[in-house]
Amino acid sequence: MPQKRVVLKNCGIIDPRQIATYLQQDGFKAWQKVSTEMTPEQVIEEVKTSGLRGRGGAGFPCWLKWDLARKSPGIEKYVICNADEGEMGTFKDKYILGNDPFSLIEGIAIAAYAVGARQSFIYLRAEYHYLLDLLQQAIKQVEAKGFLKHVKIDIRLGAGAYVCGEESALMDSIEGKRGEARYRPPFPTTEGLWQKPTTINNVETLMNIPQIILNGASWFNQIGTERSKGTKVFSVSGDVAKPGVYELVLGTPLRELVVDLAAGEKIKAVQVGGSAGRIVPYDKIDTPLSFETVLGSGAVIVLNESRDIVNAVYKSLEFLAEESCGKCAPCREGTKAIVGIMEKFSKGEGSERDIKLLEQLSSALPLSSLCGLGQAAPFPVMDSLQYFKDSYQSRIKEKKVGVVK
Amino acid sequence: MPEVKKKTKEHESVLVLLQEAQEKFGYIPEDFMANVARSLDISLSEVFGVATFYSFLTCKPLGRNVIRVCKSLPCCLKDAQMIIESVESELRIKPGETTTDGKFSLTLTNCVGACDKAPAMMINDDTYTDLTPGKISQILKKCK
Ligand SMILES: Cc1cc2nc3c(=O)[nH]c(=O)nc-3n(C[C@H](O)[C@H](O)[C@H](O)COP(=O)(O)O)c2cc1C
Ligand code: FES
Repeated sequence: MPQKRVVLKNCGIIDPRQIATYLQQDGFKAWQKVSTEMTPEQVIEEVKTSGLRGRGGAGFPCWLKWDLARKSPGIEKYVICNADEGEMGTFKDKYILGNDPFSLIEGIAIAAYAVGARQSFIYLRAEYHYLLDLLQQAIKQVEAKGFLKHVKIDIRLGAGAYVCGEESALMDSIEGKRGEARYRPPFPTTEGLWQKPTTINNVETLMNIPQIILNGASWFNQIGTERSKGTKVFSVSGDVAKPGVYELVLGTPLRELVVDLAAGEKIKAVQVGGSAGRIVPYDKIDTPLSFETVLGSGAVIVLNESRDIVNAVYKSLEFLAEESCGKCAPCREGTKAIVGIMEKFSKGEGSERDIKLLEQLSSALPLSSLCGLGQAAPFPVMDSLQYFKDSYQSRIKEKKVGVVK
Repeated sequence: MPEVKKKTKEHESVLVLLQEAQEKFGYIPEDFMANVARSLDISLSEVFGVATFYSFLTCKPLGRNVIRVCKSLPCCLKDAQMIIESVESELRIKPGETTTDGKFSLTLTNCVGACDKAPAMMINDDTYTDLTPGKISQILKKCK
């Protein structure tokens, strides 16, 4: 029973433009329970017991962020919903926002209550501008029903920058600045947006909240693996017959997703987690999808046997080099240097020495980069060197020229 | 040039001001940036720094229809290069250029979140998916 609808429960069932259809599906019952029967501390306790971890990539325990922000001094606090979804290969938040904005708003309402925030922002990437009206209308309808008396939800549009999905860059962007990663500490839960205590959660994380409140933490806690509770929504693309959005119980083997559901054939490797994701070779296709193994944002890019792994790594690193905010030198220069070497391989000019350089850069970037972009950038390089070293070596021996475009 | 509204919390955001200018003029004129700097009492270079950071903001006029063809890995796996070439040959411009009649600008972009329907591109706010070279000329013909 790998497929299970928790996050996507209402998608395709309700009309995202009609709150009445959401109310028919127990919409805002969780909020009513929270606002009439629970203290903020009890809400946080419930989320703690559920074991919910962040779905934006890092897997940070959701309750802990909320608790830290709640306990930080000050009355001005913020809750941010991260709807920047810039990671290459990821489109699940778009699907969620377009099909069930109400569950998200209910999740934000509960988060704001728990944290003690009176203002919330949804940071929506510029590419999803077409969803702005739908979201605004949804917020208006929820306000009209009286469920948002305790918090105001505003939408901020991005302007085209992947790094603004990184939480501290995102906060700088909402403040109107260049979206560059910040030095930490201080952490957002003490000094976030406008230096006030802030929690930031991915769209999918917040979608889980009403379900946890309604069905109970112990129900949620039974789903998944020991350290990965609940479900995950995956975005599957690449060499499969049925690309799209799939929600699976955490711990489900990768094979069930890409072979059984998405109908991939003759798979060579799967890149899980997007541009800075992990490359899983076909002989490890039974790897369970979880925080303990591979997961990230849930981007799953399938490569069949006709693909050259060196090309895939080149495109991934090109993405990261272009999207690096440039504030710290290791990431700005390191990603560029890796791209330069990958380019040499694509021209048939790579050497054994270049492989050594790739290995050195791969160990330096995680240690020296300011944010997750540079820290994780070498993953596809490292994995390809581990599992597909022959792809590099054949390019050295045969001076093979690859169409890296 | 329109005056920059007085300081309110919302309008302390340089980015929001620049996004408004982008929407209104199709680009961010230099004297607009100077106005922003003056009214918020920050340096022009700071405003310029914001304007040049984001790929949806530009400091030079673009065509009425800004075409952004996705070139990230999932689209590449679905022959995005063919789409880029077919837009180039239809419009006889290269990425970074604008047609002489000011109707189209072409740029390449990273993932627009439509990888399950790759290859994809955006024209202004609209996303076009499952592209083929054949579809391109039809789509471009419909642009005003
Ligand atoms: C370069 C980079 C880009 C990121 N992009 C996103 C994104 O688009 N959406 C998102 O939710 N989290 C993104 N994250 C993760 C956020 O920094 C943050 O961990 C997340 O929003 C926290 O929410 P969660 O705990 O609910 O997962 C990104 C991180 C990095 C380093
Ligand atoms: S890679 Fe082109 S839309 Fe995602």
